This record gives sequence, C-alpha cells and structure tokens, in this order.
Amino acid sequence: MEAILKETLTEKSKRVLGVSPQDSQLTLSYISVAFIALFLGGVLGLLQGLERAGLLQLPPWLNYYQVLTAHGILLVIVLTAFFTIGYMYAGLSHTLGGLLPKVRKLAWIGFGLMMVGIAFVVTTVLMNDASVLYTFYPPMAASPYFYIGLVFIMLGVWLCCFGAFINYAAWKKNNIKQVTPLLAFFAMGVFVLWFFGSLGVTIEVITLIPWAFGWTETVNVMLSRTLFWSFGHTLVNIWYLTAISAWYIAVPKVIGGRLFSDTLTRLVVILLVITNIPGGFHHQIVDPGMSQGLKFLHVFMSLSIAFPSLMTAFAMFAVFERTGRKLGGRGLLGWFRKLPWGDVRFLAPMIAMIAFIPAGAGGIVNTSNQLNQVVHNTLWVTGHFHLTVGTSVILTFFGISYWLVPFLSGRQLTAKMNKLGVIQTIIWTAGMAVMAGAMHIVGLMGAPRRTSYTTYGEHEIALSWIPYEFLLGIGGTLLIIGVVLQVYAVFHLMFRAPEGKTEFPIAAPEDDALPTPYWLENWKLWIVLMLAVVVIGYAIPLVDLIVHAPPGSPPFRIW
Amino acid sequence: MHLHRYEKIWLSFGIFMLLGFMGIVGYQTFAMGMGPPSHKETIDPQKVETTAPFDEPGVKQIGDNEYEVVMILQAFGFTPGNIEVPVGAKVNFTMTSKDVIHGFQVADTNINTMVVPGHIQKISHTFNEPGEYLVICNEYCGAGHQAMATRIIVK
Repeated sequence: MEAILKETLTEKSKRVLGVSPQDSQLTLSYISVAFIALFLGGVLGLLQGLERAGLLQLPPWLNYYQVLTAHGILLVIVLTAFFTIGYMYAGLSHTLGGLLPKVRKLAWIGFGLMMVGIAFVVTTVLMNDASVLYTFYPPMAASPYFYIGLVFIMLGVWLCCFGAFINYAAWKKNNIKQVTPLLAFFAMGVFVLWFFGSLGVTIEVITLIPWAFGWTETVNVMLSRTLFWSFGHTLVNIWYLTAISAWYIAVPKVIGGRLFSDTLTRLVVILLVITNIPGGFHHQIVDPGMSQGLKFLHVFMSLSIAFPSLMTAFAMFAVFERTGRKLGGRGLLGWFRKLPWGDVRFLAPMIAMIAFIPAGAGGIVNTSNQLNQVVHNTLWVTGHFHLTVGTSVILTFFGISYWLVPFLSGRQLTAKMNKLGVIQTIIWTAGMAVMAGAMHIVGLMGAPRRTSYTTYGEHEIALSWIPYEFLLGIGGTLLIIGVVLQVYAVFHLMFRAPEGKTEFPIAAPEDDALPTPYWLENWKLWIVLMLAVVVIGYAIPLVDLIVHAPPGSPPFRIW
Repeated sequence: MHLHRYEKIWLSFGIFMLLGFMGIVGYQTFAMGMGPPSHKETIDPQKVETTAPFDEPGVKQIGDNEYEVVMILQAFGFTPGNIEVPVGAKVNFTMTSKDVIHGFQVADTNINTMVVPGHIQKISHTFNEPGEYLVICNEYCGAGHQAMATRIIVK
C-alpha cells in the first residue's frame, strides 16, 4: 500500500512538473557553452590541420602552438566538461524527480566559477602568455593567471560533483533500500571519478602558481608530470563513461528495444570507477625515473580497464540482435539491416560504438611497454584520441543532443532536422576516418605530434610524411562542415524547432529480467576499492619521486 | 547475477587474450631486454654542464664497435649534433635536458624516449643499416620545437 502510494506520488509530481523549467535552464546553459566551445575549438583545429599540411601560413600574431593550446583546452576541457555536466544533470533531474534547489544553486555557482576560469585561461592564451598546450608540463611556465584559471574550472567541477552526491543521497533517503535509477548510477560514477581523479592535478596546479609568480624557485618536474597523468587519462574515461550511459540506456529505447541487463550495466560502471585512475600511467612508459617493474605493473593496471569494455561490446550487440530480430530480422545477420539506420539518434552513437573497436585496440597498443615506445608522441597518438574522443565520445554526444536538447527546450526533432543530423554524422565520420586514419599511418612512420609544419631540412623521411599531413587538412575541412551543421542543429533545436513534447529515452528492463541486487549500491565500498587501486598504482612512484627528487627546475618561457 | 553462456565464452576469451598479451610483453621486457628506457639516475638541471659526464658531451668508443654518446638536449638543439658512427655499431645514448622536457626520437628505429630535466635517461640501439638517420625532438618544447632536429650518420 505504502509503496503504491509513493509511486503515485512521484508519478504525479513528475507529471505536474514535467521538466522543471529551472532545471532545464541550468542544463541548457551548460550545453550551450559546450557547443560554442565546439565551434571555436573546431575552427582552431582546422587552422592547425591546414598549417601542418603546409597549406596555410598563420599570421605573425598567432602562432601554431597558441592555436594548439586553445584547440585542446576548448575541446578536451570546456566542450566535454560542460556537455557531461549538462547531460548528467538533466539525467539526474529527470530520473530523481527534479534537482534539489540547493543542488541547482551549487551547479549555477559552479557554472560561474568555470566561466571565470575559462576567461582567465582564454585571455592568457590569447595574449600568448600560456602557449604551453593543455598538458602544461613544467618547467615550461605559463602566466600564473593561466593556472589560477584552471583552479577555478576545477572548483566549478567539484561543486557539480558535490551537487550530484547531495541529490543522489537525498533520493536514497526518501527511497530506502531501493536501487537508484540506472542513469543516476552512471552520474554517480562520473562524478566520483571526476572528484577523486582530479585531486592529483589540483595539487600540481597549486604548486605551480607560486612558482609561476616567482615566489618559489623550482618545481619537481617528474612529480608534476605524474600528478598530471593521474588525472589526464581519468578524464578520458569520464567522457567514455558518460557516452556509454547513453549506449546502455538511451540507444535501446530509441531503436525500440529493452535494457540489456541492469545488474551487469552497474557492474561495468563499478569496474570502470575502480580500475580507472592508475590507467594514466601508460603516458609515462618511456619516462626516466621509473623502473621497468613498475611500468609492467601498470601495463596490467591499464589493460584491466579493457575488461569492462569487452562486457559493453557484448551487451550492445546483444541488444541490437534482440531488437533487430523482434523487428523481423531473419537469418544470421538479417537483424542488422532492421536497425533504424536513418534515425540520427541511433546512427551517431552506433558509429561511435563501431569506432571504439579500432580505438580500443589502438589503446591496448599504447599501453603495452614496447609498442608504446614505437608510437609514443607520434601522430599515431593524436589519431588515437581523435578516434576515441573525437569519434566515439563526441559522436555519442552529438547523438544525445538530438533528443536531449528538444526535450529540455520543449520542442521536437523534425524529420528535416533528423536528415540534417544524418548528413552531419556521415560528414563527421568521413572527416575523422580520413584524418585519424592518416594520423595513425604517418605516426607509425615516425611523424611527431604537436609539431608545426616542418621538413627538418628537407630530410627524405620527413618529406615522405607530407602527403599524409595533407590528408589532415582534408579531414579537417570536412570536420569543420560537420561542426557548423552540428552547432546549427543544437541551437535550432533549442530556440527554433516546433514546440512539442520530446521523450527522454530510458530503456525498460526485459519482462523476465531479475531484480537488481541492492549490494551494488554500496558506493562507500567502491570508493575504498578505487582508492586501494590508486595506492597500489601510485604509492611507489610518488614516494620515489618525492624522496629521491633531483634539484628542481626554474620556470622557462621559450615560445 | 546471470551471465549468458555466450557472454561467458566471450569474456573468458577476452581475459585469456589480455593475459597472453601481458605474458608476451613481460617476456620481451624481462627476458629479452626489450623493455622501455627507464634509467633512474638524477642530476641538478641547473648544473648540467659542470656535472660529469655532461661536462664533456660527445661520442666515445667504449668497446669493439660500441660507442657511448653523451648528449645534452636544450631548446632547440642537440649537443653534440650530426654524429657519425660505423655500420653495425652499438650506440648507448646517455642524455639529459638543461631546460624543459624534450623527446628523443630517431625516425625508422625504435629509439623513442622522454628526456626530462633533473633526470638522466639511457637508451641503446645497434645501427645495422647505413644512412643518414633523422633525429627529432618529439615533445613540444617552445617556439622552435619544429626546428629541433639533427642527424646520425651511419657509414
């Protein structure tokens, strides 16, 4: 009786409230910033591709590395962070019956802090005071205001983390012994990783501020680098976790199917949270100051992240086959053709998933000691993350935007706009295939990443790279068309599309699905296990780098 | 928790593949000496030129067709540059940086390592083919990064 009463109450409140306009204003603001960043970062990306190919000479007041720094920060920090928060907060609002007023306030303050931080960062980069790339390895030193900006961005993200934790805990208090909605569970994973994963880099940045001001003389270079990478790769997996939440929850609903398995999905989230943070160590496989034994331990730690992805691969294709057969697909592969290929809400994330097959395999190469030595710091790596982030994650985000934005703005995705989305997806896929493909190949041939146009004194090997670098320019040109179409689509759906009701797609479990065991909700245990894995991975190198540190380095500004 | 039989097969296959992969990587690292460069000596990055062996950078013959190259990396060059070694020589590079982080990559070989100020890095390679090898810095190190290159001439 009590349960029924509660159910009708939440149903009622949902019906009355619909999308709370206050919540949608918040989440749409985040999403708007994300797509403005996509536009700006995309334009800068095109400039770089053309410069690298030798097709364009940048004016003297704008250097290649300045453009590269801004491209990186706008796309891998601003776009991804703002989209992730916007989408996850929309998910929390929808599945937990609205955001609490104090949570909304926290997220708005976070928004303000991040905007202030971005203003600091963008200004210093524009003034050419921070051409240090988004990895900002010391002892190359940017203006101290660049690092202060980064701290503001981080504080903003943390407030959003705390807001999510508060809303989650409040729901649990009102729904004792109940399993949380799956999307909220994903959000919890994302924000837990974000908070704990960013502690290391925050410590790094805080030590860099007094050093950049000249108040301290030197900095521990390897320690900074190690703290940075404890965050750098976790961030990648935060986007990945955000993307797969849509693969598991929204995509099955869009194609008319059901959830694969609530329990196994939660297990994937938990495994990704626990194994993730030490994964970034493989960025340091050819670094000095760390033993081969330690590096081998980290090969294991990074490879363990592949396991939940194998679970995801199985789950996705199981859902597709089940649904395709239900729709009348016959024979071994007939189900494949029954999938709604003309629906952008399916097509974009589907291509994203397919891209993750070579992308994941490339990741295994990157994390494997000797193979890493072959590709380290070559364009292969740039190709890798344009396939993972630029395709698997971003195409999923694009796919989400075609239902999330109209859902939040109270509008509808028209057939025409869907068609535009399909065209956009195809252009994007072609652009990335050309660009990331060429990057992988020329990287194997030795071409370095993060380097402006050069022939190294007409050396024959460097000259043999040029035709491939040409392809970067061609891919980049296709991609900028994709960027323009996508940004147009998002703002059209936000302000111009016909009004109407759009559904937030959440797949229901199969009729014969077993109930989800409650022990999966034990976040305290998952966080303790996550921290234990961090200690296993990082206790040795951090202690070693602090205790056996060489004299530090003074700041250098050589751009 | 229920796992479909096919999923069990798929995941077992995945686990064994990853373990096999680990086994190969480990065997190559520890039994065949193919592990990544991981030297652990440190140095004062502000006193590189007065600290041995970097007070005398250069190429030294240390054995029968074996050479040691003591090299300083700085923005935007390599000291010494344009070095010459005979065909078939085993070359042991000992490197450090006196300013920012650099990379040391020789195209068409597996020489690829980070050179970090405060740390000494070592890497070895046997040059079996004659030619003019391209040496580049592959870590962004400032405005002249794209010009930071030299040659190893193998005759």
